[in-house]
Amino acid sequence: MIDKRFASARDAVADVHDGATVMIGGFGEAGSPIELIHALIDQGAKDLVVVSNNTGTGLVGLAALLRAGRVRKVVCSFPKTAGSTVFPDLYRAGKVELELVPQGTLAERIRAGGAGIAAFYTPTAAGTPLGEGKETRAFNGREHVLEHGLRADFTLIKGRVADTHGNVMYHRTARNFAPMMATASSCTIVQAAEVVPAGELDAEAVVTPGIFVDRVVHVAEPALESALNEAGASYP
Amino acid sequence: MSAAPKDRAADAAPAVGWSRDGIAERVAQDIPSGSYVNLGIGIPELVARFVPGGRTLVYHTENGLLGMGPSPAAGQGDPELINAGKRRVSMMPGAAFFDQATSFAMIRGGHLDLSVLGAMQVAANGDLANWSTGADDAIPAVGGAMDLVAGVKRVFVMTTHVTKEGTPKLVERCTYPLTGRGVVTRIYSDLAVVDVTPRGFELLELAPGVSYEFVKERTGAPLLRDRMRQQGP
Repeated sequence: MIDKRFASARDAVADVHDGATVMIGGFGEAGSPIELIHALIDQGAKDLVVVSNNTGTGLVGLAALLRAGRVRKVVCSFPKTAGSTVFPDLYRAGKVELELVPQGTLAERIRAGGAGIAAFYTPTAAGTPLGEGKETRAFNGREHVLEHGLRADFTLIKGRVADTHGNVMYHRTARNFAPMMATASSCTIVQAAEVVPAGELDAEAVVTPGIFVDRVVHVAEPALESALNEAGASYP
Repeated sequence: MSAAPKDRAADAAPAVGWSRDGIAERVAQDIPSGSYVNLGIGIPELVARFVPGGRTLVYHTENGLLGMGPSPAAGQGDPELINAGKRRVSMMPGAAFFDQATSFAMIRGGHLDLSVLGAMQVAANGDLANWSTGADDAIPAVGGAMDLVAGVKRVFVMTTHVTKEGTPKLVERCTYPLTGRGVVTRIYSDLAVVDVTPRGFELLELAPGVSYEFVKERTGAPLLRDRMRQQGP
């Protein structure tokens, strides 16, 4: 019988190694798997490469992971959200590396990584600083930039409901990068507010099929970055 | 989106030309009903308030929603129903959610009709700079801007004609880092509507009370006027 449930967020992230590449879902606070990120802070892995659209706000979640000094490099499209101070301070102090990627290219690189596509050409960023130093080729008279697929060792994402086989459905704009990130790593870990036995989800409505998911953790009432920040929280 | 009350304080009448709301209203007139539109964060969002009655536009927000509706009152709404500016929004009947690869397939695959963006500089050849000053202490952040300009069918720029210091934003060549090459279709400024064509900047329309000479002096590249429309009363 397939059962991908793990007892806790702590158990689910126990084997993340130093130097691991970790994809973390979320666009702003929507879809940010805060409990998994906090478990990763407790677990202690360092020199991480984090692939995520943003870099967190306040002193919780992604920002707390950065503040704890666990991240060597960030692959990201927009690292300066309002309320974000941890990353800018670390970046200006030269304590974290940044690979800036256009948002659509980031999504497509992750999708490609998960689909076994080594690289692809896109006109996005051609002729700009973010296209510099990359292979280019003209298609239909237009310059395209070669972008490489991205893969990770671990992916941390947040679902609304998952089943024991790892099928996942999301909540509104919390979906964002999670479906691609689930496909692109060796070990995908999902925290879900509801976990049900296989057979209870509408198979027509499943967004991420269970084959892409390795571990499911039940987090009944996931925290929200904005609520934690309003309360002045910091982690740990 | 439905019309929201204007913010009178923020829309104080400028010394000359269109106010921010005035530019937004002018842009809105040029968007056909049924268009799929992505409005950039900030000033371009104002366009939604001025869509003429009877027209329906479908708003795309690149974080994964087509059919975006107005923001709810402060403190209301769903923290996981947000727009690309990370502000809470609502959804209209017929809305759909999707992941980032699908969202950017809409953008990069040429499915969106129009993107309205802000600008730091626009060049006479259509180059756009709107994501970074390139300053040493700046935190570089690009989001979906480069994807939008590379993939959306038409790109409108909404901007003040000059910077706060009075430097032209319409220039011969951009000096800031580019967002994309040859991507801008048309510019709506506080002083004029300007097309970007193979011949360079072509003046289409002047804001009320603004003369051609006044705009020309504040434009950093030649400004053709043989296609200029007659001004209304």
